[in-house]
Amino acid sequence: MDDVLDVRDLRMRYGKTDVLNGVSFAAQRGEVLVLLGPNGAGKTTTIEILEGFRMRSAGEVSVLGTDPAHGGEAWRARTGVVLQSWRDHAKWHVRELLAHLGRYYAPYSTPSVMRPWDVDDLIETVGLTPHARKRVRNLSGGQRRRLDVAIGIVGRPEVLFLDEPTAGFDPEARREFHDVVHRLTDLEQTTILLTTHDLDEAERLADRILILAGGTIIADGSADELSRAMSGQSEVRWSRDGQQFVHAADDATAFVRELFRQYGESVEDLEVRRASLEDTYMALVRQAEHGVPRRLTVVAA
Amino acid sequence: MNPALVAARAGLSRGWIEFKQTLTTPRDLISILITTGTFLAVMIWTRHTHVPGTHFSLGTATLVSVLALDVVYYGVVTMGDLIVVEREDGTLLRAKAIPNGMLGYLLGKVVNFSGQIAFAVAILLLTGAFLFTGLAIGSPGSWLTLAWVLALGLLATLPLGAVLGSLFPSQRSAGPWWLLMLGGLTAISGVFYPITHLPVFLQWAGQVFPMYWLGLGMRSALLPNAMAAVEVGHSWRHLATFGVLSAWAVAGLVLAPVVLRRMARRESGSSVAARREKAMRR
Repeated sequence: MDDVLDVRDLRMRYGKTDVLNGVSFAAQRGEVLVLLGPNGAGKTTTIEILEGFRMRSAGEVSVLGTDPAHGGEAWRARTGVVLQSWRDHAKWHVRELLAHLGRYYAPYSTPSVMRPWDVDDLIETVGLTPHARKRVRNLSGGQRRRLDVAIGIVGRPEVLFLDEPTAGFDPEARREFHDVVHRLTDLEQTTILLTTHDLDEAERLADRILILAGGTIIADGSADELSRAMSGQSEVRWSRDGQQFVHAADDATAFVRELFRQYGESVEDLEVRRASLEDTYMALVRQAEHGVPRRLTVVAA
Repeated sequence: MNPALVAARAGLSRGWIEFKQTLTTPRDLISILITTGTFLAVMIWTRHTHVPGTHFSLGTATLVSVLALDVVYYGVVTMGDLIVVEREDGTLLRAKAIPNGMLGYLLGKVVNFSGQIAFAVAILLLTGAFLFTGLAIGSPGSWLTLAWVLALGLLATLPLGAVLGSLFPSQRSAGPWWLLMLGGLTAISGVFYPITHLPVFLQWAGQVFPMYWLGLGMRSALLPNAMAAVEVGHSWRHLATFGVLSAWAVAGLVLAPVVLRRMARRESGSSVAARREKAMRR
């Protein structure tokens, strides 16, 4: 079985409320999956079930071939969880903490995966070298989040979970975080599942985007595929004789060809815009909220 | 190598690192010194008062009994409180997210607090040796008794602290209970005054809890033998001391893993986030 993550018909019920009602998806080695969805859609619940921190009501879940509900310490050693630090380990020095947490992984080293990550190399990877000797409480917010990522990957996980890792990041910290993620997938073949509210981020990082709404996955595909499949309509803007025009076209190319045939050189400021991920996302979520049950699955061409 | 063994070793060094942090963090160090200083002031105040029925300095007797209070304070209250705090701030969740992390975490706490208790006891005994007369610290027998009472005391209190700590939802809700518990126990455990002067039902109540027996053990180690006269049954009751402290130790060691596991099972990123938000709103 090649799937690192395999979730089938996952259901979660709190009291009488169904938060998840039949979530299914899978991920292969080295894939980055981004889970999008409105607040309360069950993103955090889903990720916590996969982390083994939360019991599910029903369905089948397999992470690295093991049910997280019964994952032992050896399974735990192959997974990584990026948690948001608050004031924990405030008195520890950055290097000291990473070296300490790494020790637990040493017995789980294999010929192909050396565990833990060399501590200085790891600090370099997340860009904390100038701060390695600082106490955790003296780090800035962005540095702290980089430390969170470092703690999550110190055991060289084969699969990494991140729940809103960039909430509260400034643009620079966000860019640096994206670089770290790219490095992880390129060099380490780490499978990553992350949740976010930032559609830009999803577009930048995801091999595949999953949209969770109404307790189920309503879309599954790359950003490009989703917008292509969702709305064939593109927005065409132009001006003629100082007047602005906007038109939503099903076939933008044919429309523009016709536009030039009719008006020729007088067409100016032409702009054709394919539906963005945001448009697609909004449209899909709105559909789901109005109870149109359909799942948009895009099979890579 | 055996992963549990590796985690246990990591836990030992974790405890040592945390203990050093306590000693090098001004705030923590000052709080230890203030607590110890307050006790010393009380003892100096009562230095020339006699333990009723004897010619022995009440201050010296109190110094020895306060060692028991110290063990319970650090072993149960400080330990429990730190568990509450570290569950709230996500330290515990981090331990849960790494292989055998909980084992390392708990061993670390045990080492850290054993160190703090040893440190506090050492300060009290050192200053006591200079300021007070009548301490029986000359014979190896005294130190041997002190050693086993202290060791058993750690076993009786630290797991108990961990258990109580896992029962409170937040540090704010825990605070008053710790104070009430410590104050109440101190009052009925014969720390500042012989227990034999209390009403009989309170004597019985005091003898249920480890603080009384720790105090009795400490007194048997560090006070002259003649002082046994003011104790219950005019005896140091070593066998009973061993029995009661062992019973608390066994109860704690059996209960702690169950309660801690139950608490840890409920921890997740969202529960820590919820507490953070709640704390930020205050």
